[in-house]
Amino acid sequence: MSTTEALADTTEQRPAPPPAERIDLAAEYREAGVADVLERLDNELVGLAPVKQRVREIAALLLVDRVRQRVGLATEPPSLHMCFTGNPGTGKTTLALRMAEVLHRLGYVRKGHVVSVTRDDLVGQFIGHTAPKTKDVLKRAMGGVLFIDEAYYLYRPENEKDYGQEAIEILLQVMENQRDDLVVILAGYADRMERFFASNPGMKSRIAHHVDFPDYDNDELVQIAERMLADWNYRFDEGGQEAFEEYLVLRRRQPHFANARSVRNALDRMRLRQALRLFNAGEQTISVDALQTLTAADVRSSRHFADTAGHAKP
Amino acid sequence: MRITQGTFSFLPDLTDAQIAAQIEYCLRNEWAVAIEYTDDAHPRNTYWNMWGNPMFDLQDAAGAMMELNECRAHNPEHYIRINAFDSTKGWETVRLSFIVNRPSVEPGFRLVRREGAGRTLHYTLESYAVNRQPEGARYG
Repeated sequence: MSTTEALADTTEQRPAPPPAERIDLAAEYREAGVADVLERLDNELVGLAPVKQRVREIAALLLVDRVRQRVGLATEPPSLHMCFTGNPGTGKTTLALRMAEVLHRLGYVRKGHVVSVTRDDLVGQFIGHTAPKTKDVLKRAMGGVLFIDEAYYLYRPENEKDYGQEAIEILLQVMENQRDDLVVILAGYADRMERFFASNPGMKSRIAHHVDFPDYDNDELVQIAERMLADWNYRFDEGGQEAFEEYLVLRRRQPHFANARSVRNALDRMRLRQALRLFNAGEQTISVDALQTLTAADVRSSRHFADTAGHAKP
Repeated sequence: MRITQGTFSFLPDLTDAQIAAQIEYCLRNEWAVAIEYTDDAHPRNTYWNMWGNPMFDLQDAAGAMMELNECRAHNPEHYIRINAFDSTKGWETVRLSFIVNRPSVEPGFRLVRREGAGRTLHYTLESYAVNRQPEGARYG
């Protein structure tokens, strides 16, 4: 009797709030903290305007869906699995990390961590080896995002002893049945991913969002280079800047151009040349400014300039 | 007769949500989670069968619940328990162990009395289910 009375008192002390007829989306936006993540995304990623727009669309969809769920309108949780396509060095991995944070802020993944894997982490080498491997990865990724880089390598039709198909089937099952627990992001080059999806229609139909990453243009790559150099406490002088812009034009024509990754590699080599130049100069003392500055000489020592000069001679 | 081994045994059976919450607690403490099952739950039988490998490095209880549901599907009439192992120096032992699945009927144990020299009595327990059937066919 006393218990019943206590329960009744509790119920009376918490009357149900009157149903809200109007919802403040801006307040929801601030409360979820997504604005911070998106702002950092805008600031830290150079270019990629279509990608940022797409992320905002996805964030808006998820935010509105969350509100609908709370007022009882939603019927089914939205599918969140994604596919990032684009050439190497265009920021796919970076965005996967940001996306995990967005999903976590909006409440769609409980922990918000990212488990990054490739084919080797999912596919075994002998019969019976694949399923435990794939399941182990899935268990670690539960509550967060599973990022599968170069996902097309899971499917190798030319090899009859390949076990990738088994990993794909397990992934499909979990993507469908446990979409509340895990978000899968596939990443890879656009043409190969297209072939992969053509061979695995089940996988394509479970991917709700296809995000394409455009190549950077030269201005954007210069910005990226300047940011990297600032992080490393280096900078270009005027001649170096000009030479680097010329370098980008030449480098883009070479095979295996990898956008930001090629820029990073080029800057590493320029640092190496700068160090060698300072060392070989033979001066007794070097200014701090000299230690920080990359000059035209450091840039123009590149093989690509030599190739051009060679072509020009005949 | 209800087996009362492990934590929470005197409470009503845990719901899946409660089991998941306990596993979350284990993961927050960085304990490894393992699943074991048996059809011989004698108090002195400490070696249950392992289901898969112990799970390290999980972030969320969903992974462990996935394995538990698979174990239940394969062993619906077995006892199943969750063990949480703490590897830190000074402990290196199971920190939490609780039963998460029980046979639908638990016949329980018989107290066996063996008379020794000089009218001494030796007592021991014998499971009705174990005596009745071989391994794998004891419950249900």
